[in-house]
Amino acid sequence: MSAVESQSADARAATSSARSRTIKSIDIGGLILTLITVIFAVLWAFPIYWGMVTSLKPESQVISDTVEFLPRTWSFEAYWHVMVNTMIGRWYVNSLVTSLGVTAITLVTSALTAYALSQLRFPGRTVLWFLILASFMVPLTALIVNHFILMAQLSLINTWMGVILPQLIHPVVIIVYKNFFDSVPKEYREAAKMDSASEWRIFSRIYLPMNWGVTTALSIVIFIGAWNNFLWPFLAVSRPEMMNVAVGITQVNDAFGVQYARELAGAMMAAMLVAVLYLIFQRRVTQAIMLSAGVKG
Amino acid sequence: MIRNQRSEVVVAYLLILPFALTYGVLFLWPTVQMVYLSFTDAPLIGAGTWIGLENYVEMFDDRRFWTSVKNTAYFVALTVIPNTLIGLGIAMMVSRLKGWQQSVILAMFFLPYILPVSVVYRIWAWMFNLQFGIMQYPLTWIFGEKTPVFRTQWMFMPAVAFVTIWWTCGFNILLFLSGLRSISTDIYEAAALDNANRWTIFRRITWPLIWPVTALVLTIQLILQLKIFDQVYLFVQGGRPDPSMVLVQYIYSQAFQKNEGGYAAAISVALFVIVIVFSVLQFQFLRARGEK
Repeated sequence: MSAVESQSADARAATSSARSRTIKSIDIGGLILTLITVIFAVLWAFPIYWGMVTSLKPESQVISDTVEFLPRTWSFEAYWHVMVNTMIGRWYVNSLVTSLGVTAITLVTSALTAYALSQLRFPGRTVLWFLILASFMVPLTALIVNHFILMAQLSLINTWMGVILPQLIHPVVIIVYKNFFDSVPKEYREAAKMDSASEWRIFSRIYLPMNWGVTTALSIVIFIGAWNNFLWPFLAVSRPEMMNVAVGITQVNDAFGVQYARELAGAMMAAMLVAVLYLIFQRRVTQAIMLSAGVKG
Repeated sequence: MIRNQRSEVVVAYLLILPFALTYGVLFLWPTVQMVYLSFTDAPLIGAGTWIGLENYVEMFDDRRFWTSVKNTAYFVALTVIPNTLIGLGIAMMVSRLKGWQQSVILAMFFLPYILPVSVVYRIWAWMFNLQFGIMQYPLTWIFGEKTPVFRTQWMFMPAVAFVTIWWTCGFNILLFLSGLRSISTDIYEAAALDNANRWTIFRRITWPLIWPVTALVLTIQLILQLKIFDQVYLFVQGGRPDPSMVLVQYIYSQAFQKNEGGYAAAISVALFVIVIVFSVLQFQFLRARGEK
């Protein structure tokens, strides 16, 4: 017994001395690696910084041949110009309404369906589940022509609804919700059933509140995705006053003149909301991305 | 009891109804319509007549179609593997850091991923601006003169691929980071005991253990990049789109600029089939991995 103990103690001592030796010998290498990491990270983020700084310079300093990493004089002229002379306020409202619409409708329809798939028995359940899994592979991009035709038939071109509807197909949200509903202990449901609670009550008072974290995470990434979506909002809208901000800043060519600070000010404003959302909800965004990719795996 | 079951079925159908409606009207129906439309000579809006396989025959003889297929394949080749490897490299660098340092550095690498594509376009158009772009310094150093990157034929795709990697790499970094975290530290300690060097540790431990994540990232990337449109469309604005045309862009130009609804639908079907073939391959691949 004691022999074994002393042996293992020896082994432990050997381990720790070996570890400290390697730590000492790789310390310089590690330091260099850290330094490279930091430099690389700064270079990686630099274009965003550079766009932002440029947008805060007066135009005369923007078009200079020397590189100035900080403005000599700070100027909000470009932002002011964009706000006054373009429809960016209107574009922001359009983006907000359509992105919130996509998020809310997707979450509600997906959560309800996932609950039914997870907790209820009904004919067609397996077929539906396979349809959802299969639609995971289908490229929605291939449907742009027919989405456009459909929206035109419904007279929804140049409307908020026309932008929202084709963005509602997110099978992954159902899959994620179903996985989470599956893992809620059965006892909760059985106890509620004993009290003759309705399915709606069980869903809204037990299953939904127990998974608020998932709902938050999913809603943030769906919102950011809808805000950033380019192709469909670009096709569905031709009238400038109905454009989303991500489309508007590139499609209204004379909106900015050829003034670089103004173009970048418009871009910074388009990115502002999602960037702030990400910085606040960093961990939720990460979680949601893992969830949706984990399902893919 | 039977009553109970029957009511459960009714409730289930009620819960599914909103989804079934959106799914049917916005997904199944357009898919069926796409296939039907591809057999007609219809304009974008309006009726056409049934012409059988004519659109597909035309497609096979259409040089511009094959150019767009080639360009798409070229773009996929330029992005998928580099994006995956760079993601792994950055994730390994970030995973060495601890606590708040890791959060800050990770945020710097991840931030581009949450930007709208049009913002990415504005930022990089400015970076590469012919007169005042900061990238002209290294470009002048390499080529001896200022270079209009997005107006130079051979540079266009590599440059768009470069910007795309910068934009989307954050996603790969996140996946790799979580993969690296799940590798037990015991293995690394054992390797340290054997005085294994960094390269050996990477080749013998990290690479084989991270391979499942690598395969996942590669296939996600492949399917994503096949659907390239936004960046190519935006960066080519004001120039000639034809030489760098990609598949989705060709659909767009046939449908919305040439008013050839039927033909655009046929190309859509081609894209549809290509992506599904790769998705099925991905699925088989991942399932094979799961069985091991």
